[in-house]
Amino acid sequence: MSNQHPVRIEVTDGASIPDPRERGLNAWSLAFGAAVIAMVYLWFHQEAESGEYTYRNIMAFLFEPDRSRMFPFNFMPDALLVTFQITFFSFLCTIPLGILTGLGRLSRNRCLNLLTSTYVEVIRGVPLLVQLFYIYYALGKIIQVPPLVSAVVAISICYGAYMGEVVRAGILAVSPGQTEAARSLGFNGAQTMWHVVLPQALRTILPPVGNEFIAMLKDTSLVSIMAVTDLFRRAREYAAESFDYFETYTVVALLYLIITLLLSKAVSLMEGKLNYYERNRK
Amino acid sequence: MSEIANDPVIAIRQVSKLYGTLAALKSVSLDVAAGERVVIIGPSGSGKSTLLRSINRLETISAGSIVVEGLDINDPRNDINTIRQDLGMVFQSFNLFPHKTVLQNLTLAPLKLRGVSRKEAEERAKALLLKVGLLDKAATYPATLSGGQQQRVAIARALAMQPKIMLFDEPTSALDPEMIGEVLDVMVTLAREGMTMVVVTHEMGFAREVADRIVFMDHGEILEIAPPAELFGNPRHPRLRQFLKQIL
Repeated sequence: MSNQHPVRIEVTDGASIPDPRERGLNAWSLAFGAAVIAMVYLWFHQEAESGEYTYRNIMAFLFEPDRSRMFPFNFMPDALLVTFQITFFSFLCTIPLGILTGLGRLSRNRCLNLLTSTYVEVIRGVPLLVQLFYIYYALGKIIQVPPLVSAVVAISICYGAYMGEVVRAGILAVSPGQTEAARSLGFNGAQTMWHVVLPQALRTILPPVGNEFIAMLKDTSLVSIMAVTDLFRRAREYAAESFDYFETYTVVALLYLIITLLLSKAVSLMEGKLNYYERNRK
Repeated sequence: MSEIANDPVIAIRQVSKLYGTLAALKSVSLDVAAGERVVIIGPSGSGKSTLLRSINRLETISAGSIVVEGLDINDPRNDINTIRQDLGMVFQSFNLFPHKTVLQNLTLAPLKLRGVSRKEAEERAKALLLKVGLLDKAATYPATLSGGQQQRVAIARALAMQPKIMLFDEPTSALDPEMIGEVLDVMVTLAREGMTMVVVTHEMGFAREVADRIVFMDHGEILEIAPPAELFGNPRHPRLRQFLKQIL
């Protein structure tokens, strides 16, 4: 389209998404290379006096699988698995919640608009850590749910609001001409949204959505204050027992860094794939 | 030449449109008969696009009435979406769906709205692409096409709904000069086939060749309606004379 430009929305909260066109030495490869080298170095690091492999012990502890789990999972590092579980399930809940919130915020229905806008306003005004505590204990007052579930609920509710803003921005970025074209063919508002606007908006918001996913993964570390044994809680347990605070948190920081860098790379590759109809632009 | 339309398919009566205090249309009336080709000309900002877009309610009017095939389009009892299915619209900026292939652009609306089978929709779409000379582009995405090709696809997309009336909103204004011809050719063919057309354009050659009547608008008013020979040969209104002097 002569009068349209591909829009790139940056709502940064997670790791920055590397530009797929970027080649050679860049921030991503530097950070990733350094993190991996540091990990390998620490793995072989031996304490001068005692000859102990402090870091190797920490990694072994963090990566310990839960043998009581079902087949493929009983070989996987349990704490990491929990971190991914929370992220994954929260993400699954956040997408529909975000789309509904985004649509509500754009709705001309005053009631719906107010409701969703207030939701976004409230959620954005309360720190995630406070929300986690609040929902954990509020839920506990009504029904007894496993900590994992309340963690997922809390993170979903929080990130649904942010996702709603991303979806809203994505929808607004679709040219009004698209809506006009669809409406003039005879599509009603909902059909226009579903067949024409949303598919284009979702492509536009893929980078920020990937960003939210990564930010979410990092924020799952907050659930370690609840009775959920994620990666960070596991690290805290180890540190409390061994008093190796510095060493433990070094390893766990590097681990989070490597994971988020890998994810941001994945998002960037996916973005490149989804740009197929922009290619060969004349 | 200019017979009075007894049974207009579009009846525009005393239509006004206000943007705040600015009047984009001032009590405009116009009838379009079945099979008639009406071309609307005028300087930019004269309200010609606003008038055209009011016909399928992309713009809501402030006063007056627009009746399409006997249905008042602003009456809430009439389903505007059904009325629009009979009103094909072609835009200045094409507005093809970039996430759909050319073929899918043509089949989307018939599949979802007309309830035709995929096979039938695709056959009809291919016939239309052949007609606009772009059958070989069926599987490509709009971004790979030139402006002229995109506009031809846009015309085919509108035709895929088998509309009774086609509205063109400056269809060649966004095109490079060398691509205008290919789009106008498609429109001329369509006119020869007897399609009812309302065209807003700056292409006077096209207007002269195709129009049954030409409407001249300025400052939100219709100042003159006449067949091309009369309008170009003997313009009565001073502002029309001035306009023609500037563009011809």
